[in-house]
Amino acid sequence: MEVKIRRGANINLKGSADKIISDAPAEETYALKPGDFPNVVPKLLVKEGAEVKAGSPLFYDKNNEQIVFTSPVSGEVAEVRRGAKRKILEIIILADKEISFEDFGNEALDKLDRDSVVKKLLTSGVWPFIRQRPFDVIADPSVTPKSIFISGFNSAPLGEDYDFILHRQDAQFQAGLNVLAKLTDGKVHLNINGSIKADDAFLNAKNVQINKFYGPHPAGNVGIQIHHIDPINKGETVWVVNPQDVTIIGKLFSEGKYDVSRSIALCGSMVRTPKYFKTRMGSSVKNLLENLLNDGEKRVISGNVLTGTKIEEGGYLGFYDHEITVIPEGGNDQFMGWLTPGFDKFSLSKTFFSWMMPGKEYELSTNMNGEERAFVVSGEYEKVIPMDIYPVHLIKAILIEDIELMENLGIYEVAPEDFALAEYACTSKINAQEIIREGLDLVKKETT
Amino acid sequence: MKLLRNLMDSIKVPFEKGGKLEKFYPVYDGIETLLFVPGHTTHKGSHIRDGIDLKRTMVTVILAMVPALLFGMWNTGYQHFLALGMTDVTFTDQFLFGLAKVLPIVVVSYAVGLGVEFTFCVIKGHAIQEGYLVSGMLIPLCLPVDIPLWMVAVASIFAVVIGKEVFGGTGMNILNVALTARAFLFFAYPTKMSGDKVWINTSGGEVVDGFSGATPLAQAYEGGVKAIPSFMDSFMGFIPGSIGETSTLAILIGAGVLILSGIGSWRIILSVFAGGYVMGLLFNLWGANDFMQVPATTQLVMGGFAFGAVFMATDPVTGTQTGVGKYIYGFLIGLFAIMIRVFNPAYPEGMMLAILFMNVMAPLIDHYVIQANINKRLKRAQTVALKS
Repeated sequence: MEVKIRRGANINLKGSADKIISDAPAEETYALKPGDFPNVVPKLLVKEGAEVKAGSPLFYDKNNEQIVFTSPVSGEVAEVRRGAKRKILEIIILADKEISFEDFGNEALDKLDRDSVVKKLLTSGVWPFIRQRPFDVIADPSVTPKSIFISGFNSAPLGEDYDFILHRQDAQFQAGLNVLAKLTDGKVHLNINGSIKADDAFLNAKNVQINKFYGPHPAGNVGIQIHHIDPINKGETVWVVNPQDVTIIGKLFSEGKYDVSRSIALCGSMVRTPKYFKTRMGSSVKNLLENLLNDGEKRVISGNVLTGTKIEEGGYLGFYDHEITVIPEGGNDQFMGWLTPGFDKFSLSKTFFSWMMPGKEYELSTNMNGEERAFVVSGEYEKVIPMDIYPVHLIKAILIEDIELMENLGIYEVAPEDFALAEYACTSKINAQEIIREGLDLVKKETT
Repeated sequence: MKLLRNLMDSIKVPFEKGGKLEKFYPVYDGIETLLFVPGHTTHKGSHIRDGIDLKRTMVTVILAMVPALLFGMWNTGYQHFLALGMTDVTFTDQFLFGLAKVLPIVVVSYAVGLGVEFTFCVIKGHAIQEGYLVSGMLIPLCLPVDIPLWMVAVASIFAVVIGKEVFGGTGMNILNVALTARAFLFFAYPTKMSGDKVWINTSGGEVVDGFSGATPLAQAYEGGVKAIPSFMDSFMGFIPGSIGETSTLAILIGAGVLILSGIGSWRIILSVFAGGYVMGLLFNLWGANDFMQVPATTQLVMGGFAFGAVFMATDPVTGTQTGVGKYIYGFLIGLFAIMIRVFNPAYPEGMMLAILFMNVMAPLIDHYVIQANINKRLKRAQTVALKS
């Protein structure tokens, strides 16, 4: 299928990663952050000081005890960092120099039935890489999804390039696709960017339906793709997997180990030489960022500028993140900021004269550029959310906690990330992603 | 800048929590944020945010109104001297005369309206929101030049309190604030808002023979198509009328700014004109009285039609919010404006009433548009359920 997305926008930021890849410097510590998993209540399985291998369980989800989270590397559990109310923030592993893996066996996939495939994914800790819509949470293993979606490109500003990352990884990628095909009765959809030539890993993929998407961000958001190809109705479930995480699934079945090595983009205007690095999920970014950043106040983000999580300079790469973005931290008052011509201010509206320089790359900071207000401007969200949904009305339905209205307005089809661009563009500076998350949590709690 | 920053910082203390003037913090905050866009940074969600905020939006709208304002000032002087038969007056004199008449109205509107707004914010402890920046300019532009200043003040108070604050302030109002002010004056003081005495200032001299002082709308009702100024005069704005409404050209420049910047809805503007044009054509076909025979295109450049279409109907708070709804809303405004204007001699300014009426109807239109979307989703779910 081919789908043209018309609504949306690309934000042209400075500091996109060059297509050069090198090994990241060795890091001493790795961490798993329960905060990466919405709705998961972690229950620890290890104590500080315990020895673990890559693939050894660290904690499980109290809400669904089958779902286990395992260690990305081998070593010693160095610290369990807790925050307010003893909430677990990070489980930090002091990594061995040479990583040893738990052995999960490598029986041929054809000999396994669906149940044993699911079981293997669960016990190895690979399962959490599979997420579901509705609710944008880890997939429920007791459900068979109507289809599985993989977005082969990230259209977000400074998004990582999977055509580059997955180059020459055809075998592992295909192995992962074969596993996914076993999990659904429907199709596995692989969606690629139609306006460029995709990598052979995508083009030669079998056992999948390849769909081409054209248009600006958020065309690469998997939620938008589902909406246009196989929209979710109440009671239906679709699973989604990041393309690089498909190779992790592949390696579990072909090599029998939990190998979470991944290539990430280090990008953003505060990075001196933005490029790609080979590292692992959960890796510290301390040594990576050393000597690579420009001077000045900065914000380090695990993920992209629209949906990522703020981390410290010694923080850790998130479970679902494939890039580290570093941008200037704002905080300076702008004298009569609302009156200036604004050649350096980027806006999707044309109220600043910067619209006359379409090719310009912007160095945006974390400034709010205004204060929170009631909704005044209309049509703004619709312009950047290419779904047949009334986004502001959905947000208002969430704010009044009207579950039936939320269902009617399409809450099952959306995820916070689909509202990220609207949140960026919002004149009234409403934190739309947070509201959507609350709405999803509420509906999940009340209906399941 | 640094000086101003230091000054603001030095007077901040009494306004902070526990300070003597704690209650007046919204006023301090309002002034501070007007001078400096605060350096708040993102804490949740998207780490970068668009350059636009509500202040910028409002300033863009005001900018769009400047051509109409300047033209209105000049036209006030032009009409004044024309009525007195003084033909050798320079452009500058005409403009300065108008400036002297119009500026006080603008000042009173802003001072009183913002005063009320500040008072409410202090009472409620809210941050000051920017809505009145636009309303404060719209009110003078839709009033006749000879309006007494105290009426401007009373109308502004009424509009801000009853039109907006009782509903919860900016973003919550049901009726367009500026039109609430105008409607208030129209019904409370009809002699100062209609007829042929208020549109042109004729003080300081004798009017020339044959001077009427009525707006083209009134003339059209009296004498039909033959009595009204030429299309071109109305389009350019060399006619009597409310301060900002006469020049369709100046208003269209404003429309250009609104549409180009993406602030004003082109859907609404376009469909208001379409609705008005269709109604005008229908009346042309009917032709039962003189006014019905006024060409449809001329209807669009007379009275407050264009001004309402561009600056009042596009108010995002009181208008419809859905894309489809905007077409319906705009079209009906145009339709009703011409209908009221032609049918009812007591309300020559049908535009005001049409917009206020459709303001009330806007949520209903949105309701049905959204219901259609909901039904589509439910139907899709049913089809799937039937298949399985």
